[in-house]
Amino acid sequence: MTAVLSVGLNHFLVLSALLFAIGLLTVATRRNAVAILMGVELILNAAALNFVAFSNYVEGAVGGQVFAVFIIVMAAAEAAIALAIVLAIFRHFRTIDSNETATLNN
Amino acid sequence: MENLTAVLHTARPYPFLFLIPLFPLLGAAVNAFLGKKLQDRYGKRAVHTVAIGAMLAAATMALISFAQLLRLPAHERALLDVTFPMIHIGAFQADMAFLLDPLSGMMALIITLIGTGIHIYSTGYMADEPAYWRFFCYLNLFIFSMLLLVLGDSFIIMFFGWEGVGLCSYLLIGFWYQEKKNATAGMKAFVVNRVGDFGFVTGLFLLFWGLGGAWSATSGDYRHELSGENPIGQVTAKVRPLAELELPEGEGEGHKPHAVELHGTRPVLVGPTVSFRELRNQLAITDGHGHRPLVEGGELTVETHGRTLTSKFEGLAKKTAWGMPLVFLICLCFFIGAAGKSAQLPLYVWLPDAMAGPTPVSALIHAATMVTAGVYMIARLNFLFVLSPGAMTVVATVGALTALFAATIGLFQYDIKKVLAYSTVSQLGFMFIGVGVGAYWAGVFHLLTHACFKACLFLGSGSVIHGMHHLTHHRHEHAHGHGHSHLDPRLEADPLDPQDMRNMGGLASLMPSTRKTYLIACWAIAGFPWAAGFFSKDEILWKAFSNGSTLVPGWLLWAVGLIAATCTSFYMFRSYYLTFHGRAPSEEHQAHVHESPKNITYVLWALAGLCLVIGPLLGFPALLGHFAHLEPLLEQWLEPVTQFASLSLVGERHWHELPLVEGLFMVLSIGVATAGWYAARALYFDLAKSEARLAEWRNQYRRIHSLVFDKYRVDELYQATVITWFRDWANFFAWFDGKIVDGAVNLFGKVSVGVAWLNGAIDHYLVDGAVNLIADGVIAGGQQLRRVQTGRINNYLFAVTAGVVVIVLVAYFA
Repeated sequence: MTAVLSVGLNHFLVLSALLFAIGLLTVATRRNAVAILMGVELILNAAALNFVAFSNYVEGAVGGQVFAVFIIVMAAAEAAIALAIVLAIFRHFRTIDSNETATLNN
Repeated sequence: MENLTAVLHTARPYPFLFLIPLFPLLGAAVNAFLGKKLQDRYGKRAVHTVAIGAMLAAATMALISFAQLLRLPAHERALLDVTFPMIHIGAFQADMAFLLDPLSGMMALIITLIGTGIHIYSTGYMADEPAYWRFFCYLNLFIFSMLLLVLGDSFIIMFFGWEGVGLCSYLLIGFWYQEKKNATAGMKAFVVNRVGDFGFVTGLFLLFWGLGGAWSATSGDYRHELSGENPIGQVTAKVRPLAELELPEGEGEGHKPHAVELHGTRPVLVGPTVSFRELRNQLAITDGHGHRPLVEGGELTVETHGRTLTSKFEGLAKKTAWGMPLVFLICLCFFIGAAGKSAQLPLYVWLPDAMAGPTPVSALIHAATMVTAGVYMIARLNFLFVLSPGAMTVVATVGALTALFAATIGLFQYDIKKVLAYSTVSQLGFMFIGVGVGAYWAGVFHLLTHACFKACLFLGSGSVIHGMHHLTHHRHEHAHGHGHSHLDPRLEADPLDPQDMRNMGGLASLMPSTRKTYLIACWAIAGFPWAAGFFSKDEILWKAFSNGSTLVPGWLLWAVGLIAATCTSFYMFRSYYLTFHGRAPSEEHQAHVHESPKNITYVLWALAGLCLVIGPLLGFPALLGHFAHLEPLLEQWLEPVTQFASLSLVGERHWHELPLVEGLFMVLSIGVATAGWYAARALYFDLAKSEARLAEWRNQYRRIHSLVFDKYRVDELYQATVITWFRDWANFFAWFDGKIVDGAVNLFGKVSVGVAWLNGAIDHYLVDGAVNLIADGVIAGGQQLRRVQTGRINNYLFAVTAGVVVIVLVAYFA
C-alpha cells in the first residue's frame, strides 16, 4: 500500500529513462541544431537524475550529488559553447539545418 | 771425389745496359705521341732530331758498355743487367735481363751505328714524305726491338725482340699503305714470319721440356720434378732454393730453384731454364773422365756442406721424342724460326716483296740487321747446335741451297732493289753455311761485313732511285696517255719505273759519289781482295770445305757456295754496269738526274769506308797471319762465346796443317769473283755492242730465262699448293662458322626468345592479373562502402544507438 504511494527508486529510474529516450529521439530526429542541443540537455538531465536518485539510496554517499552538480556545470558550459558554434554556423551557412551543413561529406 | 770441371760463363753486373734499348723506345714514344704536333709546329727537323738524338744516345751507351767489356779479361767478358724480375712461375723463371757479351756487343754496335747512319740518310731520302714522324717512330721502334733481340739474356726477351722486329718490318714494308701492293707485301712478310715464329716457340717448348721443366707451381723444392724419368737431372737430396747458396759476385742474378755445386768452383744451375748462360753452363759440366753428364748422361758426384751426393742424369743428347733425337728436333725448330726471319728456303719469299718499303728500311731491316737475326740466334745457340750434327747439316745444306738458288734468280732481275733483295737472301745463305759447319765466327763475321756492304748497296740504290724519281716524275707529267700495261716486263722496261735498271744507264757522271761507293760495295760483296766480303766469304767457304762435322761432305757445300759466289759477282757487277755505265746518259737523264744531297752521300762514304776497313782489321785470314802468328781478331773476340762449340766439334781439320790448300782456295775464290766481274763487264759495260747478243741469247734460252726471271715461279707454286689449300680450309671454316656455329647460336637465340615470350605472357596474364583482381575488388568494395558515409549526423546517431542496443541485448542474453 505504502509502496504504491511512496516514491521509490524505480520511479526515478523510469523517469530518467523516459527523459533519456525523449532526448535521444530529439537528437536523432530533429535537424535544427538548437533542437538537437535541447535533446542533449534532456539526456544530460536524465543522467543527472540517475546520479541523484542512486545517491539518495546509498548510505553516506555524496558522490552522486557532486556528479550531478558537475553535470549541470558542464551542461551550462556546453550550452554556451554549442550555442556559440551554432551562431558561427548560422553566420557561415545562413542556416542551422544539420543536413545542410554536412559539407565534409564528399 | 771426382774432379769436376766446367768452363763457365759468368757475368758481371752492369746495371746500365737497359739504357741502350731504352733510348730508341723513348724516341719512338715521343714521335708516336707528339710527332705529328712536333712536325706541324716545328717542322720535320724536330722529328728527326728526336729520332737521331735517341739513336746517338743509344750508340753512345753501346760504345761505353762495349768499352767496359774490352777492359775485362777475355773469358770474363759478359755484362749482365737484370732490370726487373718478370715471370716467376714454378721452375719457369724469366727476368727482364740484358746480357752484353762479345757476340751481342758486336751486334749492338752494328745496330746502333749503322742504324744511326741510316737515320741520317733517311732525313735526305724521306724529306718529301708527309708522314715523316711516323717513319722515324717506326725506325726507332725497330731499333728498340732489335736491341731487345740481341741483348736479351734469355729466350723470352729474345722472342719479345723477335716479334717486335717482325711487327716493325710489317709496319715499314707497308709504310705507303695506300698502295695495295705495299700493304699486301707487308702482310706476306708477317704471315711467312709467323710460320718461322711457330718453329721458334715450338723449339723453346721442346727445350724447356727436355730440360725437365714441367708446369708446376709447387713452391719450396722441385724434388718431385727432378726425380723420375722426365728430367735430365736427378739431383738426389740436393735440391734446394738457390738463396741458400753463397754465390760469387755476378752469378746471383739468375734465381733458379736448384743448383749443383761443383767441386771447388762456382755452383752451376741445373734444370729447366730459358737463360742462354745457364743453359750453356749446365751443359758444360764435365766429370773426371771427360764426360759431360748433362749432355751424354751419367752420374755426377758432388760434395756440399760435408755431404757427398750423387746425381743421375739422362743427358740431353740422349733424349728422344717421337723417335727422333730431341736435340735435333729442338735445333730444327729453332732453325725454322731462323729460316723465317732470315729468309731461307723455303720461307724466303717474303724478302723480295719486302722491297716495297722505303729504301732506308730495306737497308736497315731487310739487309743489315733484322734478317740476320736468325744467324745471330744460331750463333748464340752454338752450344746447342753442336750437339746435333744432323741439325747442323740441315742448317748448312739449306744455307748452301738458298745461296745458290737466290743467286741464280738475281742474275736476270731488272729491278735494282730486287737484285739486292735476292743477293741478301743469297748472302744470308752463306752465313748459314758458316754457322752450319760450326764456323760460328765466320758466319758472324760475314753477318758483320754483309751489314756494311749491303747497307751501302741498298742506300746507294736508294740514292739512284731518289735521282731517277725526278726523271720518272717528269715523264709521268708529260706522259701522253698511252698506257704501258701491254709491256712484257721481260723485254721492255716501264719508263715510269724509277727502280728499273733499263731506265738507268750512264749515271756514273751524274752521281759520282753514289757510283764510287756502290762500286766499293760491289767489290766487297764479290769478294775482291782487301774488301770486306773477301775475308768473310772466303773463310766460310774454306771452313765449309774443311769441316768434318756435317753429314754432307764439305766439298759439296764448298762447291755450291763457290758457284753462288760466281753468280754473286756477276749479278752485282751487272747491276753496277747497267746502272752507272752501259750507255751514255741521255739529255733527259742529264736534265733531271742529279747527285743526292750530302746527308745521303756522307752516309754512303762512311759505309764504303767501313767496307774497306773492317775486313782486314777484324778478319785477317789465318793463312796470311800465320807467319806472324796472328789469329783473326774477330775469332779471338768471339772465342769465349763459341768456345763450347769449338771444344765439342770433332773431326775438324786444323787450318794450319793445310796452308797451301787454303792458299789455293783463296786464289780460286778470287778467280771466280774475277770471272763474274769479267763476264758482267763484257756483257753490260757497253750495251750498244752487246745488246744484240743478249737479245739473241734471251731468245735462244727463252724457257729457262723465263723460268728464272719469274723467280722459278715459287710464289705461284705456293699459291697453287699451300695457299689455295689454306684458303679452301679457311673458306670451309668460314662456311662452318657462318652456317653451323652461327646457326646454332641463332637457334638458341630464337628458342630463348620463345621461352621469354611465354614467360612474359604468364607474367602479364597470371601474375599481374591476380594482383589487379585484388586491387579492383578493393576499389569496388570501397565504392559500395562509401555510401554508408552519408555525412548526416542523425544517421550516425542511429547507428550508435543501434550498436548500443545490440551490445546491451547481446550482453543481456549471453
